Amino acid sequence: MELGDDPAVAREGDLPAIVARGLVKRFDDVVAVDGLDLRVPRGMVYCLLGPNGAGKTTAVRMLATLTAPDAGTVLIEGVDVRDDGARVRRLIGLTGQLASVDDAMSGEENLVLIARLLGLRGDRARQRARRLLAAFELADDAGRLVKTYSGGMRRRLDLAASLVVTPRVLFLDEPTTGLDPVGRLRVWAVVRALTRRGTTVLLTTQQLEEADALAHRIAVLDRGRVVAEGTPAQLKASVGSGAVRVRVADADTRDAAAELLAAATGGEVTLGDDPLALSVRPAGEREAARALAALTDGGVELTEFSIGRPTLDEVFLALTGRDETTAEAVAA
Amino acid sequence: MKTPTSSPVAPTHVADIVDDGTAPNPAGAVAASAAFAWRGLLKIRHVPEQLVDATIGPVLLLVSFTYLFGGAIDGSPGAYLQFVLPGVLVMAVLLTTPYAGIALAADRGRGVIDRFRSLPVWTGAPLVGGVAGDAVRSTLAATTVVAVGLVLGFDADGGVAGLLAGVALVVIFAFAVSWILTACALALRSESAVQGTGMTGVFLLVFLSNVFVDPATLPAALETVVGLNPISHLTTAVRGLLSGTSEAGDVVLVLVEAAAITALFAPLTWRGYRAS
Repeated sequence: MELGDDPAVAREGDLPAIVARGLVKRFDDVVAVDGLDLRVPRGMVYCLLGPNGAGKTTAVRMLATLTAPDAGTVLIEGVDVRDDGARVRRLIGLTGQLASVDDAMSGEENLVLIARLLGLRGDRARQRARRLLAAFELADDAGRLVKTYSGGMRRRLDLAASLVVTPRVLFLDEPTTGLDPVGRLRVWAVVRALTRRGTTVLLTTQQLEEADALAHRIAVLDRGRVVAEGTPAQLKASVGSGAVRVRVADADTRDAAAELLAAATGGEVTLGDDPLALSVRPAGEREAARALAALTDGGVELTEFSIGRPTLDEVFLALTGRDETTAEAVAA
Repeated sequence: MKTPTSSPVAPTHVADIVDDGTAPNPAGAVAASAAFAWRGLLKIRHVPEQLVDATIGPVLLLVSFTYLFGGAIDGSPGAYLQFVLPGVLVMAVLLTTPYAGIALAADRGRGVIDRFRSLPVWTGAPLVGGVAGDAVRSTLAATTVVAVGLVLGFDADGGVAGLLAGVALVVIFAFAVSWILTACALALRSESAVQGTGMTGVFLLVFLSNVFVDPATLPAALETVVGLNPISHLTTAVRGLLSGTSEAGDVVLVLVEAAAITALFAPLTWRGYRAS
C-alpha cells in the first residue's frame, strides 16, 4: 500500500496523531523502553514490530496514559499525556493483549457498560451495543456470558468495546495473536475500515506479514528503541529478499549451479546436506529474480525454485545483528 | 466498501463499526460510579449464589443459632434471639463485604482494569461503584435478617426508627470494611486469595467479639481483646439501637471507626489501583 493512494492519510504539515519523544520506562533494573521516538501522521496504520520483550506493550501503555513514562513526552492529537490525561482518554481507544472484557457479564452488558460510561444513556447505549454486536457477528451470542465465548469471540468483543465511540486514535496491542486466519482477516478489515473514516491506528505485532499487509509505516523495535523506521517496502528492501532455494535435477550439476547463482545474485551460496539442494541470500529482489534466468540460460535442469519472503528473523538479523548503516539508511 | 474479494470474511459493516459522530460527553463521576454499581449488581443476576449468600445464608445463621444454642446459652431460644439477632445482623452483612474486592482481583487478572483506566471517566469510579454495589448487597442481607428475626419473635423495642438506624449503621460499617478487602485484592492478586482472606478475617473477628456471647463470661485476656474489637463496638451499638437503649457514644464510636477504616484503606486501594 502506497501512502499517496490513501486520501485519509494526512498531508505534510498537519498535526500528527501521535508524537513520542525520548520515552523511557524502567522496571527495577530492566529498561523496557529506552529513548523511544515516534511520529505518526493522522489517518495512518502505524505498526510497532518487534519480538517479545522489545518494549511494544510498555510503549503502548505509555502512549495510552496507562503507565507514566520515567522520561520523555507523549502528545496525542497535540495533547500532552502528562498535562491532560483525561482529555487524551477522550481521543483514544485501547485493545490490550489480554482480551479485557468481563467474563461474568454477557457480551451485550459489556458493551452497554462502556457505552454508559462514555455518556450514552438508556436506549442509546443498548442500540449502540447491538449494532456493534451485529457488526462483529456476535448478535446471536449477545446474551451469553463472556466466559462461554471462544477466544476469537472474546477478541472481537474486545475490539468492539474499543469502538463504542469511534476513537481518533486506536491502540491495538497484538490484536491478532492467537486468532485463526479468518479471525485475523476480520481484524484487518476493521482496521482498514476505521482508517478510511479517519481514525489513526497504532498496532503492535510480531509478524512481519501483518505489518506488511496493514501498515503504512513500520517502526522496528529492539530492546526498547526504534532500530528502523519506514514503509514496508523500504524495510524489506533494506534487508534484501528472502533466500532463493533451488533443487537441481542432477547432483553433478550442483557446482555449476552454485557458480551461476553466485554470479547472478552477488550472494554467498550455501550447499545443503541434500546433494541436490542449494540456497543463496541475494542482495535484493532484482538479483533474486535474475537467479532463475541465469540457471536456465546456463542449462541447469531444476526440479524446484523458490524465493522466500524475508522473515522477521532475517529482518532482525539485518537490522540489529551488526549493520547499523542499514538501519540508518531506512530511517533516513 | 472494499474488502479483499478472496477473503472468507463477511463484509465488515463500516457504518455500524463507526459511531454516528454525535458522541456525548463521558459520564461524570457519579454517573460512572452508578454504572459500575449496576455492573456489580448484574453479577447477582448471573451468579444467583450471591443472592443465596446474602439472604438464605443469614436466615440459616439466625435460625440455627437461635434454636441450637439458644437453650444452652440463654435458657431459651426466645431469650437468646433477643441477644443474638443484632450480632447475626452484623455477621451476615460483613460476609457480603468481600465481593467488590473479589471482583477487583478478577478485573486485574483479566486486564479489564486497563480498559477502564483508558476510558475518559473518573479513575475512582470502578472502585466506588464496586463498593456501592456491595452496599446494596449488605442492605439486602440486613433486611433479610431483620425480617426473619421479627417473624421469629424478636422484640424491636427501638421501633421502626431503631431498626432503620441499626441497619444503616451496619451497612455504613460494611462499606468501610469493603475498602479493606479491595486493598487486599490489589495486594493479593487472586480472587480465591481475597475470598479466603476475607472470609477467614470476618469469621475470626466475629468470633472474637460479643456477637454470640457476653464477654463477661470470657477469660480476662480474651475479654480485653473482645472489648477492643470494632465488631464488638458495632454489635453493642446495634443492640442499643434495636432495643431502644441506644447510647450516642456507642454509635459515634462506630462511625469514627468506620471513617478511620475508610480513610486508611480507600487511599491504599486507590494507590494500588493506580499502580496496577
